[in-house]
Amino acid sequence: MSSPESTAISGGAATARADGAPAARGSRALRGGGLRALLASELATLFRRRRTWAMVAALALIPILIAIAIRLAGPAGPGRGPAFLDQVAGNGLFVGVTALVVATPLFLPLTVSVVAGDTIAGEASLGTLRYLLIAPAGRLRLLLVKYAVAAAFCLAAALTVIVVGSVVGWALFPVGPITLLSGGEVSVGEGLLRLLAIGGYVAVSMLGLSAIGLFASTLTVVPVGAMAATAILAVVAQIVGAIPQLEWIHPWLFTDRWFDFADLLRSPPSWDSFRDNALLQAGWIAVFGGLAGWRLATRDILS
Amino acid sequence: MTDLAIRTDGLTKRFRAQTAVDGIDLAVPSGSVFGFLGPNGSGKTTTIRMLLGLVGATAGSAQVLGTDMPRGLDRVLPRVGALVEGPAFAPFLSGAANLARFDAADRHAAPATRRARVAAALDRVGLSHAARKKAGAYSLGMKQRLGLANALLMPRDLLVLDEPTNGLDPQGTREVRSLIRSFAADGTTVFVSSHLLAEVEQLCTHVGVMSAGRLVAQGTLDDLRRSGRSSIEVLTPDPDRAGAVLAGLGLVPDDAGADPTPGADRPAEHAAGGDDAIVTAPLGDDPPAPEALVAALVADGVRVRGFEVRRTSLEQRFVELTGEGFDVVA
Repeated sequence: MSSPESTAISGGAATARADGAPAARGSRALRGGGLRALLASELATLFRRRRTWAMVAALALIPILIAIAIRLAGPAGPGRGPAFLDQVAGNGLFVGVTALVVATPLFLPLTVSVVAGDTIAGEASLGTLRYLLIAPAGRLRLLLVKYAVAAAFCLAAALTVIVVGSVVGWALFPVGPITLLSGGEVSVGEGLLRLLAIGGYVAVSMLGLSAIGLFASTLTVVPVGAMAATAILAVVAQIVGAIPQLEWIHPWLFTDRWFDFADLLRSPPSWDSFRDNALLQAGWIAVFGGLAGWRLATRDILS
Repeated sequence: MTDLAIRTDGLTKRFRAQTAVDGIDLAVPSGSVFGFLGPNGSGKTTTIRMLLGLVGATAGSAQVLGTDMPRGLDRVLPRVGALVEGPAFAPFLSGAANLARFDAADRHAAPATRRARVAAALDRVGLSHAARKKAGAYSLGMKQRLGLANALLMPRDLLVLDEPTNGLDPQGTREVRSLIRSFAADGTTVFVSSHLLAEVEQLCTHVGVMSAGRLVAQGTLDDLRRSGRSSIEVLTPDPDRAGAVLAGLGLVPDDAGADPTPGADRPAEHAAGGDDAIVTAPLGDDPPAPEALVAALVADGVRVRGFEVRRTSLEQRFVELTGEGFDVVA
């Protein structure tokens, strides 16, 4: 309370102006925060929210449920259930991958939609958007930071499934070298690295959807609307992707390569699908990020 | 450095067919406490939003602290503290965390001093004890104070306060008033929008009045009062004769049209207890001196038991300018 800054300010605006402003220019310690400070602040805001942790906990529950079910009911027959499920009983490291396969169609996009749809619309509905903008955060700067926070959530969500899956798998099943799709084997250490790469792949897969959510979020002051629209699009894209008559459109769907991460379990790992997926997502980010930027930059903030 | 903290030229905002702000020319002198008055829906908040770059103007221009808005937004806004249309906070963060968050959004605010500045701002509005409490659990008055604290995070040259005493108890209102006085004493320009006329009358050096999107009056508080009508009141048991004398001197005694008492032959009087009545008459542009009026009344045999010159209160002037009742412009 009795630090020099506080006395300068409580002593009156004029004193604070005389002491504070020139010092802020001269001294390194008093320099403004910049983009990183805002990013750190917004990340902290996301992860200080109970809702965020509830979604992360729900994601963590998926590998736990799969592991417990197989532990209690015995191994699944080959070819039945989601991909990799039949491998779990033999090698606990497959729990995380199996859980990702289960979570990717609906549950993971749902949580990502909640976070991405909330980015701008959530602030607008609270009224905090106007205070962030007159701070001034800068409209594009705020949008960039909000998108980065949504991307961080994608990574946290995918890694949560992988890490919790690996830990639970390790606890309940034997763990050994991973047999790859191409027949060879890799050590437990390299296997774990590949699992992390799969987590990264899934996180990247969610970036296009996040950009769509970001744009939806600039269109409304009702966050639930933006969240629902984004989640619905994720489902619709997968339905379209399942209709052979619409094959010509498939390569352009942001969901088209969501399940191609198995290439990372080949020997040597094939990064082609990782790259193709990243390019596809980058296209969606460019389009919807651009739309979101245009929309927020020109919009009247009336909330 | 200009001597106007805020200046607008023909500032206009249209939302589709509706004109919310209609070509206003604001001039807010540096160092003034400027009361921005107007009924609900008269365009005050839209004007403030344009000044802060939240809403784009349809036509006209605005300068804040000598810089064109919204082009100079990044340079100007760090020097402006604002409370716009009520405080707003993330309910799941503490009061202090909410302030730190808004502070982090300002790239000119030094992270090294953030904690100290947040504590000082909370202290200044009397919220230190609730710094760690979640903002969602704050009372309306506490939120209002937290909003004011947010405006005080950095040294400011201009404070824009939209209804700053909303939701505050009388004690809190007094504190906010004395806070605003202390800003003004430091040389900070304060732009306060309010519908509480008594408050503006006590606080402001300058006033602007909005009505239906137009700025219908602007100037110092004294100018605005002076431009209003003054009137006289005569307390007398001889209302008819008093009315006649006043009429003979060029005054037009008020019709007591709204007076429910029967007897239409006594139009210019109000019942005042006993056999006394009150005769009122507005003073025109070049009125006779009050003492001359009294002398004329007495000379004519009117029993003058009371005489008063009434200057228009700001409230009367306000109603004259903006119309009576709930004529909210849709």
